[in-house]
Amino acid sequence: MKKIFYIFLKDFSSELRTRYALNALVMFIIVAVSIILFSIGSEKAPENIFAGMFWVVVFFSAMSGLSRTFVSEEERGTTLILSLIAHPTSILLGKFLFNLVLIFFINTVIAVLYYTVFSDFVIRNFEMFVYAFILGNIGIAGSSTIIAAIISKANAKGTLYPVLSFPILLPLILMLIEITKFSVEGISLNEATAEFLVLISYDIIMITASIMVFEIIWRD
Amino acid sequence: MIKISLEVQNLKKLFSRRLIFKELDFSLNQSQSLIIAGKNGSGKSTLIKIIAGVLSHSGGNIRYIKEGKEIDKEKIFNFIGLVSPYLILYDEFTAKENLELFARIRGLKIETDLIDNLLNEIGLYDRRNDLLRTFSSGMKQRMKYASSILHNPLVLLIDEPTSNLDLLGKEFVQNLIQRYRKEKIVIVATNDREDYSFGDSVINLDDYK
Repeated sequence: MKKIFYIFLKDFSSELRTRYALNALVMFIIVAVSIILFSIGSEKAPENIFAGMFWVVVFFSAMSGLSRTFVSEEERGTTLILSLIAHPTSILLGKFLFNLVLIFFINTVIAVLYYTVFSDFVIRNFEMFVYAFILGNIGIAGSSTIIAAIISKANAKGTLYPVLSFPILLPLILMLIEITKFSVEGISLNEATAEFLVLISYDIIMITASIMVFEIIWRD
Repeated sequence: MIKISLEVQNLKKLFSRRLIFKELDFSLNQSQSLIIAGKNGSGKSTLIKIIAGVLSHSGGNIRYIKEGKEIDKEKIFNFIGLVSPYLILYDEFTAKENLELFARIRGLKIETDLIDNLLNEIGLYDRRNDLLRTFSSGMKQRMKYASSILHNPLVLLIDEPTSNLDLLGKEFVQNLIQRYRKEKIVIVATNDREDYSFGDSVINLDDYK
């Protein structure tokens, strides 16, 4: 566990010094929310649309920032030193932890900004939204980390990341949109049990599968 | 002295369909050293990476045996130190931070004396708090040596041992290799005939095509 934490700490300190992902992400969030704000204008959009748009911003933010953990190591040539000092599973989980903290931070910023800017975005079942937010972030961080590991070895990293991520993240995003819609409508938690079970299963499957395949990806 | 041996049997490496080397066999025990020679592109660095366990091979077998027990492939990195031109450390951290970071990730106890002594040994103690991005290529090469011996490895792999080093640096490398040759396995990949003195035997990869 300590080794995983130190890999996370390395990435965290590195990010604070280089701002490799953070600056791009914050700019992306501001631009994306502004575009939605200007495009809606004074129109009254249905509440469901806001729920969908929220996760669209989250998805594209994840696309623009979460690949950096592995891509930056590959681009700077530091992959080898990392291979020489740590077990592949520690590397994967350290990177996952970093992406998890990063996605929690950026998604909290998006949520606060969204809630402040769009007065029509009213969450009536806040508890449900928080659970979906937590499970969604774990799923996004889990799948983004393993996809980042795969694309970091490829030549066309920038285009490959969203292409690979879309089919993998689609079931998660659809489920998150559905649950956010429920929380906006004020539906009780019991009525969304099936959707939450899908979210929990997705998170467990993605993290387990990532641990199983990572070593093969990492070695070549 | 800890007993360690490396057995390489019928090793083969292909990149797509291009053969790098095949039918490579050798074995080494503690206190033995090997020179890997061959012209540019013969696969010296590839072989070093395969022996280090960071690159897969296409055929054959590599085994590390410590005190009669085979080391699990996933744990090989604990016993290996690697220095090579393609090994790049973290530019955004200082020399001391890099070594502390590696020690922590490896699970070693951080002893300030150990890291300070190491920095002193490589002649970079005065620059310990400077970011690596401000270092010259020779200073970075010295840092690579420090990172590779931090955990006192049983197998030391060195690709192009004296590249970018000044006279003092070369002297440090010679002393280090002589010290490690007494108790551990040392493998050096080089084109420089002067470096052949670092090894007990020589393998020329041009003969394994």
